Amino acid sequence: MKESFSLLEALSKTSTIDKVGVEERVARFQTRSIKNESKMQGLKMALGMIDLTTLEGKDTPGKVKQMCFKAAHLHDQYPDLPTVAAVCVYPSMVKIAKDSLKGHSIEIASVATAFPSGQSTLEIKIADTKFAVGQGATEIDMVISRGKFLQGEYNYVFDEIASIKEACGHARLKVILETGELVTLDNVRKASDLAILAGADFIKTSTGKIQPAATMQVTYVMLMAIKDYYDATGKMVGMKPAGGISTSKLALHNLVMVNEILGPKWLNKDWFRFGASSLANDILMQILKTQTGIYQSADYFTID
Amino acid sequence: MKKSHQDSSSLWNYSPAPESKSHISLKEKYGLYINGKWEKPISGKYFDSINPATEEILAQIAQANDKDVDKAVRAARFAYDSVWSKLSGSERAKYIYRIARLMQERARELAVIETLDGGKPIRESRDIDVPLACNHFFYYAGWADKLEYAFPTRKVESLGVAGQIIPWNFPLLMAAWKIAPALAAGNTVVLKPAETTSLTALKLAEIIHDAGLPPGVVNIVTGFGDTGAAIVNHPDVNKIAFTGSTAVGKLIQKAIATTSKKATLELGGKSANIIFEDAPIDQAVEGIVNGIFFNQGHVCCAGSRLFVQESIAEKVIKKLKQRIETLYVGDPLDKNTDIGAINSKEQLQTIEKYIQIGLNEGAEIYQPQCTLPKKGFFYPPTLFSNVAQSNRIVQEEIFGPVLTIQTFRTIDEVIQKANNTPYGLA
Repeated sequence: MKESFSLLEALSKTSTIDKVGVEERVARFQTRSIKNESKMQGLKMALGMIDLTTLEGKDTPGKVKQMCFKAAHLHDQYPDLPTVAAVCVYPSMVKIAKDSLKGHSIEIASVATAFPSGQSTLEIKIADTKFAVGQGATEIDMVISRGKFLQGEYNYVFDEIASIKEACGHARLKVILETGELVTLDNVRKASDLAILAGADFIKTSTGKIQPAATMQVTYVMLMAIKDYYDATGKMVGMKPAGGISTSKLALHNLVMVNEILGPKWLNKDWFRFGASSLANDILMQILKTQTGIYQSADYFTID
Repeated sequence: MKKSHQDSSSLWNYSPAPESKSHISLKEKYGLYINGKWEKPISGKYFDSINPATEEILAQIAQANDKDVDKAVRAARFAYDSVWSKLSGSERAKYIYRIARLMQERARELAVIETLDGGKPIRESRDIDVPLACNHFFYYAGWADKLEYAFPTRKVESLGVAGQIIPWNFPLLMAAWKIAPALAAGNTVVLKPAETTSLTALKLAEIIHDAGLPPGVVNIVTGFGDTGAAIVNHPDVNKIAFTGSTAVGKLIQKAIATTSKKATLELGGKSANIIFEDAPIDQAVEGIVNGIFFNQGHVCCAGSRLFVQESIAEKVIKKLKQRIETLYVGDPLDKNTDIGAINSKEQLQTIEKYIQIGLNEGAEIYQPQCTLPKKGFFYPPTLFSNVAQSNRIVQEEIFGPVLTIQTFRTIDEVIQKANNTPYGLA
């Protein structure tokens, strides 16, 4: 009883969010000019922050192996490119990914906890998580129970996150809020605070299955939650916008926002990720364009 | 896991993105626009208009004396009697509409000149000043033929010659604010822009000329305070419209007190922003920033006094400090710039004077770590906390990027304090 009281108290201190004000602030990030050298650095940085993702019912070992090869060999014709930060797959594909990426420093992320709906029991979610970690996942992307959250059962959601965190062991935990289902920015902020307090290593916007996903407004609100927590405790929490970020420009706008809100400490793959499947090729296209001055046809970049 | 993969701080210096100056045309020397012609000043004198961001001379501007003003008022009177007062509202509207369209077509040029001459960020002149100025002409074009319906049972009449004196903080926008309604109502105009920002008013004269407005309907005379005084004191002016300092406003009111001249005066302000404990704090901080640092704080209704409820004061001030660390102070022509140049050396000195007063009064100052350009007139965004209603920096309009922060406990207390200012504006 005592603990639940303090959680409610903590959440009630979360200030409300004014949507119009957020939109205006976010628009400013989009007019910052990133060119030439800064742009090249930003593009490479974004490339190295990608969680290359396949989360489909029709995923097979073949598909996952091919994507893993791409993750480690983004565009070998161009020297000194980073690899992506991680691959993100279903638990049943973790072992395939692990074997495919032997010898590489690419993290293996796995969704768990009855992804994407989260509509299952805690026991099954814990088992799901432990299975993924046992198969070799180094990062777990869990979903919160949005239904419970919208019912106001914050303690349930808190305990669930804390239990999954425990089940993760050494694997880092990313907590997906599925902001498209939370609808309001006030809810996004509240869920961010809740996830952070419950022990999230990262907070993540979306599963990619629901629209809208990682809008800049939502990411902004989550970054502010991370900032307030850091200012209060000195502890860093990572951020992962996922879903809907498919262009270099949008990726750079996101990095500008991270830099202006959280600062350069967050500008690396330990603390910031993009969850995306098609972003990598757009960035590669921009990198080659920046280098040669000419856009190359999409067929010069591999699809895996 | 926790190590940083690369030192990224240096990578995020935004690239300069200056707006091009190639499409603007400025003459070396500008005369007075009187009776549809460019006239040399009878005074024979010219003064320099400089770019406050670089201190470079942009053009020479004619300095009108009372004879020049008399010539302009006579031209305006003749145009009023012979043409403008005889035109129907719908005919006047056509001219005003045409001015609006020509301004739109030259919006980029006007925006760049406004920024060069006045020091405001291009983002603001491009997105706010110039589009709004165009919109004012469009709006009043719509009014011209509807005035008699707007005030049923009353007869709407023009006054005659309007003498208009405008400030340097929104030069083109203020000119539009003054000229467009005067024309719509059937008056003719003698307008004097501020001495530091004459150029867009002179470009507007070119546009008005191109629009084929009958000669003498709008006259632009440039110069200093004595030129303005000559307009105010001219016996054949029917109305004075003034936006500027409270001190000059009082002088004008005194000067016309014994005449039948009408006046509108828009003077100084020391507006309050009030933040209660249940506010969305991050967005409130944005509101505070926009309120005081927009146009370097050169805004008569700038939110220059901040009241924060004591329960959240520490949090708000901390967030505000962090936020102003991310503001870019620099080249006004660069689209990344948040805070441009202070309009003139005199205004910079005024700001510095008030900073000293604040420090002497024991107020706590906070300025971000930002490097200012070596040339030109720049001042960093500044917060003063630990101040009371009795501090001079709280009472007097500074007209710069300087915010004073007071705390309060109850709603009654803060409303009383917010209203406890001699300024009538905002």
